[in-house]
Amino acid sequence: MSEKRKDELLIDHNHDGIDRRGFLKCMAWAGTGALCVMQGGVLKSYSLSRMSELGPKAAGELNFVQISDSHMGFNKAANPDVVGTLKAAIDKINGLAMPPEFMLHTGDISHLSKPEEFDTVDQILKGASAKDVFFVPGEHDMLNDNGQQYLERYGKNAKGAGWYSFDKKGVHFIGLVNVLNLKAGGLGTLGQEQLEWMKADVKHLKHSTPIVVFAHIPLWSVYPEWGWGTEDSAQALAYLKKFGSVTVLNGHIHQTMQKVEGNVTFHTAASTAFPQPQPGKADSPGPMKVPAEQLKSILGITDVTYVRGQHALGVVDSSLA
Amino acid sequence: MRRSVSTAVLLVALGLGMAGLDAGTGNFSVSAQQKPETTEVKIDNFSFGPGTLTVPVGTTVTWTNHDDIPHTIVSTEGAFKSKVLDTDEKFSFTFSKAGSYPYFCSIHPKMTGRVVVQ
Repeated sequence: MSEKRKDELLIDHNHDGIDRRGFLKCMAWAGTGALCVMQGGVLKSYSLSRMSELGPKAAGELNFVQISDSHMGFNKAANPDVVGTLKAAIDKINGLAMPPEFMLHTGDISHLSKPEEFDTVDQILKGASAKDVFFVPGEHDMLNDNGQQYLERYGKNAKGAGWYSFDKKGVHFIGLVNVLNLKAGGLGTLGQEQLEWMKADVKHLKHSTPIVVFAHIPLWSVYPEWGWGTEDSAQALAYLKKFGSVTVLNGHIHQTMQKVEGNVTFHTAASTAFPQPQPGKADSPGPMKVPAEQLKSILGITDVTYVRGQHALGVVDSSLA
Repeated sequence: MRRSVSTAVLLVALGLGMAGLDAGTGNFSVSAQQKPETTEVKIDNFSFGPGTLTVPVGTTVTWTNHDDIPHTIVSTEGAFKSKVLDTDEKFSFTFSKAGSYPYFCSIHPKMTGRVVVQ
């Protein structure tokens, strides 16, 4: 066994160049502000402070940011200033060593689907260096009108309730809607029409195409008792089985969580508005009050990097503190 | 004189009979003389309290959101559907037909309740 350096993880169990155990370990470091980059089949970690040491090769060929759950309009004790914390998130993004090319917003843009709430978010996002933003709706964006306003604002090129796909530098992005037609006692739902669209959408893609799926409610069973899951996500994931690299980015639960299952890496982002309790740690999943000085340390953004030719995407969470 | 008295009595009797009619549903019913009751459901901590509410026909039920997050009240059979209720906002519905009315919050579908109308 060759000598292992502290920041290199060389366990290649499946002989496919993906160091899964190492990736999981790296994901655990993400909370401390580490950047995991796949280079030549080896997962390397760099602390954000050493970013300048990364040469252009390590810079990653695609870099984007995920933000989520801005809940514009929320003004209760858990955070009376969601405008301020969203602006802090944009400042954080603008200060990243590797400027993101675009942003994903994984839903709950607004708190009550009010036009002025959407307007305010649009205005604040204009201050980001990354001008392109791709959205998927949260349940708070579909109130009173079944998502009509959301579609008019953010779903012009989308199908159905707002699902769509696009490509960036060889990575295929799929935006899904799992917050409509929710049934009593149920979880998130994708529905047959959307699933059939997705099946056709990925049918002719090469197996080596990296896939990024983004949707509001988690596509894996985080905590069904609180509705933190999607009842028909297994079917969607089955259509992605053939791909070597699948990254699923979700929001909704207002805390970071990750899971690796085979070729799929699941990740949920923090909210820019307010935190929620960990599964089962409170009576209900509502806004969680924390001391004011701690708030910014549990709100955050997610930075994602893809290096061409490598498998897993590097996913790093950073707080607003 | 007697004839006018008996006529008056007849008219008064008819008047009383008319008052016995329930103006809303056309039922002859003693209970129509009483005012319909208003009954409350409190929404807090992602739950409806009481979870099952039993009321007589004609009751107006008022839901009040005491939670710090918005909720909706949606009948699973399409009998009623509220707009989104922020904290302290209310929704009322008058149940004029007997039956069982399960409902849920369309934002947080794990929140369910039931109104039983007898």
